[in-house]
Amino acid sequence: MSDAKDFAFTLTGLRIPYFPGCTLKTTAQNFESSAVAAARALGIELVELPRWNCCGTVFSLAADDLIHHVASIRNLIRVQEMNRQGLVDGENRMVTLCSMCYNTMKRANLRVRQNAEDIKKINDLMYREEDYQGNVRVIHFLELLREIGMGKVKRAVKKDLAGLKVAPYYGCMILRPKEASIDDPEAPTVLGEVLRALGTDVVVTPYNKVCCGSYQTVHDKDAVAGLAYDILGHARKSGAEAIATTCPLCAFNLDNRQKEVAEKHPDFEHMPVFYITQLMALAFGVDQGVLRFDQNYVDPVPLLKKHSLLDK
Amino acid sequence: MEEIKNPVMDIIAEANRSATSGIDAKDIKDWITISIMGRAYKVPADLTILAAMEYAGYKFVRGVGCRQGFCGACATVFRKKGEYKLQTGMACGTRAEDGMHLAQIPFTPAEKASYDLTKEPYSASVLIKYYPEVARCVSCNTCTKACPQDLEVMDYVQAALRGDFELLATDSFDCIQCGLCALRCPSEIVQYHVAQLGRRLYGYYGLGVPEHLKKRVEEIEKGRYAKALDTVIAFSNDELRKQYVGRDIEPEQ
Amino acid sequence: MVKKMIISSENEEFMRKIIELSGEIVTMCDQCGTCSGGCPMVGEMDITPSQLMRLAQLGVSDVLDSRTIWVCASCFTCTVRCPRGLDVSKVAEAMRQIILRQAIDRIDIRAIPKEELEKLPQIAMVSACRKFTS
Repeated sequence: MSDAKDFAFTLTGLRIPYFPGCTLKTTAQNFESSAVAAARALGIELVELPRWNCCGTVFSLAADDLIHHVASIRNLIRVQEMNRQGLVDGENRMVTLCSMCYNTMKRANLRVRQNAEDIKKINDLMYREEDYQGNVRVIHFLELLREIGMGKVKRAVKKDLAGLKVAPYYGCMILRPKEASIDDPEAPTVLGEVLRALGTDVVVTPYNKVCCGSYQTVHDKDAVAGLAYDILGHARKSGAEAIATTCPLCAFNLDNRQKEVAEKHPDFEHMPVFYITQLMALAFGVDQGVLRFDQNYVDPVPLLKKHSLLDK
Repeated sequence: MEEIKNPVMDIIAEANRSATSGIDAKDIKDWITISIMGRAYKVPADLTILAAMEYAGYKFVRGVGCRQGFCGACATVFRKKGEYKLQTGMACGTRAEDGMHLAQIPFTPAEKASYDLTKEPYSASVLIKYYPEVARCVSCNTCTKACPQDLEVMDYVQAALRGDFELLATDSFDCIQCGLCALRCPSEIVQYHVAQLGRRLYGYYGLGVPEHLKKRVEEIEKGRYAKALDTVIAFSNDELRKQYVGRDIEPEQ
Repeated sequence: MVKKMIISSENEEFMRKIIELSGEIVTMCDQCGTCSGGCPMVGEMDITPSQLMRLAQLGVSDVLDSRTIWVCASCFTCTVRCPRGLDVSKVAEAMRQIILRQAIDRIDIRAIPKEELEKLPQIAMVSACRKFTS
């Protein structure tokens, strides 16, 4: 941790507590590796929470259920600890990459902040942790990009992605419900802004905020494949060659479930699904080892080669 | 160094002697009343829960082992007088107190997965494949609170979920498999089985075979210890006992 | 055809239970159908989200047998669009909870094929366990 402080960019840059979530350590390592590198190119150091647990997903919707918010709040306590330990300097925000983690912790935080009795009960359930003071803010990586400005994102581009036609796909968890939305829930633009800054041709499709089927993928993959077919099909019809997203569950449903889609629809044409940060890292010209396309189900390499966007 | 006299320790020693060496009950000075499975018993003060239950007439065939806090067999749950918290511990290493309500939890039923380590990938998916209920963890931390070894149980379950084998192995290393975590888990995870699979994967893939072990296996295969082993096999029972009692024991760390 | 239904005390009790668990005043629903119109999973459902709301208003506990409450993916499309500010996803959650709290699971995670378990992302497993198991 102390070594990280030595990086020159941190002198002027931003060090912010970062919550990865379990999927970014397993099936979506490509999301994390590309995001950490892309953030660094922008002068942002994502400082991983030293100890963290599941975000608590999915946000519990039952009015009488507090126990399922304990996981979220314990992570927020870790942010308090990081500030006290000097791992970050007066930074009460916690950034997430995964949309599901964002939504769960954002809403749990909102719930307990609005209800002193909830905070008290959850604090009582803790063990060795200090009490949660209610001051941490949960933000999504895209909000951070908006804050530093798309101009800065654009200036960090070494090789723009001109010609690549990408459809932003928002999914649900960064848009809904309103209190957890990072953008206009009905007409979001933030992913398109980032893609435009990277130089891609942004393809807006009406299916860019339609649910991918989420966790139904565990026991009803046909339903999910049906939604994936619609979402990808409309993107293709609108002229997109690829999709960009920020949710590892959307990515799985849109990318890996193309196997099931192709089984059902023989004429289906596979489409690469990127994490937005993979495209950022590519455009920023950082070491392409962080792209980790081996974890993408539909290989994006041929498409990127077609546009001469890969080193080798 | 001058020996410090602690009268409390003398009293404990005396009470223990009374309970275990057949001294007449009238010679025992201090008594407590404990409730074992809802029934009150008067037992000498300052015994362990295990000794107190045995004094009360319980005889353990299973659910007891080393009697020294290592083996994890004599898991116990109790509430102290006037407290609402359900506490856990090893009956052999927890002192019985006046007004305590207690019961033994000799075993937590759980199925252990069968696997061939060499045929599994070194990935979090293995843990999910054999123990999918790991994904049910709600991070309530009840397991950690229940652990008599003071392990960060919830942290290692979370490490299992995200495939952090090193944290899983190191955080669970001192587990004695008493099962109290699994008993208390609202998500019905069997933490200690998950951890064992994790440690095995970490040992096999994460650490590799250590040099000293390789060397020792070679020595064994070359027959370096064959003669010594033959000698031990030839011992009579009495000679074997004598050698065992008189063996060199590693000094306490 | 006109159907006549008499609201019994059981119906009222069930409706109150839904309100208590969801925190949503289901009687405020106007039955406009916006939730059903926007629902991405409606094609997989046996009753539409607005029908679910109507049954909640009437306190018909048979709604617990519907596929709909389990097909809902909690995408919150209905939540952001309801002109009455109601959250249908919370009503569906209340119904799922009534069943799950009787220790009746919707899925058996041990029955998921091993090859699926090997590739499913953690986030899918964790959320499915949360939504479908007690």
